Amino acid sequence: MSPRPDLLPALLGLLNFVLVIITITLLYLIFGPNLIDTYRNQPVAMEQNAYRPGNGDNTTEVGQDKIVDGIHLQTGLIYAEGFDIVRGTCTACHSAKLVTQNRATREGWIEMIRWMQAKQGLWDLGDNEPIILNYLAANYAPQEVGRRSNLQVNEIEWYILKMN
Amino acid sequence: MVFAENFPAGMIPAGLAHSDLPFSLPGKRAGLVVLNDKPINAETPPDLLNDPLTPNDLFFVRNNGIPPKNINVSSWTITIEGESANQKKTYSLADLKSKFENVTYNLTLECGGNGRAEFTPPAKGNQWSTGAVGCAAWTGVRLKDVLKDAGVKSNAVYIAYYGKDTHLSGEAGKVVISRGVPIAKAMEDESLIAWAMNGKNIPVLNGYPLRLVFGGFPASCSGKWLTKIVIRDRVHDGPKMTGQSYRVPCKPVAPGTKVPDDEMCIIEKMPVKSLITFPKTGAIFEKKNQLAIQGKAWTSATKIDQVDYSIDFGSTWSKCALKAAKNRYCWQAFSADISFPETGYYEVWVRATDSEGKAQPMLLPGWNPRGYLNNACHRIAIKVS
Repeated sequence: MSPRPDLLPALLGLLNFVLVIITITLLYLIFGPNLIDTYRNQPVAMEQNAYRPGNGDNTTEVGQDKIVDGIHLQTGLIYAEGFDIVRGTCTACHSAKLVTQNRATREGWIEMIRWMQAKQGLWDLGDNEPIILNYLAANYAPQEVGRRSNLQVNEIEWYILKMN
Repeated sequence: MVFAENFPAGMIPAGLAHSDLPFSLPGKRAGLVVLNDKPINAETPPDLLNDPLTPNDLFFVRNNGIPPKNINVSSWTITIEGESANQKKTYSLADLKSKFENVTYNLTLECGGNGRAEFTPPAKGNQWSTGAVGCAAWTGVRLKDVLKDAGVKSNAVYIAYYGKDTHLSGEAGKVVISRGVPIAKAMEDESLIAWAMNGKNIPVLNGYPLRLVFGGFPASCSGKWLTKIVIRDRVHDGPKMTGQSYRVPCKPVAPGTKVPDDEMCIIEKMPVKSLITFPKTGAIFEKKNQLAIQGKAWTSATKIDQVDYSIDFGSTWSKCALKAAKNRYCWQAFSADISFPETGYYEVWVRATDSEGKAQPMLLPGWNPRGYLNNACHRIAIKVS
C-alpha cells in the first residue's frame, strides 16, 4: 500500500526540516563552545607594576603599594619574582591569605591548582603556570617541624597576670 | 577586577584594598583572627572562649562561598523533598515556629579542620590553629519533627542541605557546599533547624536566618542560610561530600601518604578535645600565688568524664574540677588551682577524657591528607617569678 499522493509534499517538507535541525545541531556541536566563549567575560589578570628591588630602608613604594621587609603590605604576599602574576591570578578569586597561610612543595602546589581547576572554576594558567609554581615553591615551601612543634616562645606577648 | 560585579558590598577587595585599616567582619568583634577574607574564615583565640556560651560576635566563621544579600525573613522558606521523602513540602519561618515544638540546646560546633595548622606535611586549606570552635544556645525545631511531618520513607539513608550562599566564581546556580548527615543523626533529639543563637538572631556570617545545627559532627554538616533539605536514599554526593573533602583515610596511613579517593571515609565523629581559656598564654605571676586555670572540654561521645592538667610535660597529671553539661554536645567547663614548685618557665597542658575512654594525645594524632581531627592537647606558656 503506497502513501496517498497528497501526503508526499508534506513528508518531503518534514524531511527537509529534520535535515536543517540536524545540520544546526552538528554546527553547534563543532563550533558552539568556542562561539559561546567569545561572548563570555574572560578572566583577565590584573595589570600590575613590575617588580623592582627595594631602596635600602626596607620600604619600597611601587605605585600606590607599600613593600616592607620584602612583604607586599596590602596582600601580605612575599614580594619576589613572579609576584605580579601570582597576585593578579590568585586574588582574582580568593584572598591572598589563602596563599600566605599555606605551605607546600612544588608538587603540592600543582595539586592545589589542579583541584581549583577541577572543582572551583580556575582557568588554564598557560605560560603563567611555571612562573606561579616557581614563586610558590620558592616562597611558600613546607618546614619540617616533627610530630609537634615548640610553642613559639619568642612570639608570645608576655604580661603580668593580676591576682587577688 | 575580574567578577567585580559579584563582590559583596561593603567589603574590602583583598587584592586591591589600598588601605592599612584593620579588616573588620560584619557582626563580629575585632578580636577574631581572620584567616581568609574571600571567602570569610575567622577563628576565636582561646582566651576569648572563656564565656559559658560563646557570644554571637565571637563565634568563629567558616564560609565556603559568599553569604546571601538582602535577606527577607518574611518570605524565607525551607523545602523538604527527595527520593526518600513521602512528599515535597515547603514551610515558612512562621510555619516552623508555630507548627512544631520550639526547643533550645547548648551545642558545640567545631570545624573538621580545626587544628590543621599543626600537621606536617602541611595540608591545604585554611590553617586553623585552635579557634574554629564555639558553643552557643541554639533555638529552633527538631529536624526529626519536620522530616516526619513531610514523611520519611523506610529506605532513607542520608539528609542533605542546600543553602542560599553563592559561589566565589560568581557562576550562577553553582552549589557552594551541600553536605549532610546519616538519617540516624538527623533523628537525634539535639539535631536542630535553628533560627536563634543565644536568644538573638543568628549572625549573617553564621547562617541567618535559618541553619542546621548538629553537635558532635564536623560543623560543615550544619548547613547555613538553609532553604532545602533533601532526604536521600543513598549517601549524599553533593559538593564537599565526595573526594577528599571532610574525609580521612579509612585505614591509618604514614604522614605524607597519597590516599586514593575510594580509600577515604566520611568523618562522622568529632574527637574529644579541650582548650585552656584562662589565662591567656604568656602570663607572668609570683610563685606565692596559685594559678587558677579555666577551660572547656567537648566530645561527640555522651560526655566528658575527666580533665587533667600537667605542668611537667606529662610526667604527672592532676585532676581538674569538671562541671556537668546542660545537654549532650554542650561543652563542659573545667578549672584547677595550680601551685608551682620553683620559679621559671612552665607550660600548662590539659587533657580531656570522654565517656568512651578516649583521651587527647600530647602529640599530633593520625596524619591525614586534608589535615582534619587534630585533637592534640592544648598548652599555654607561663613564667613564675
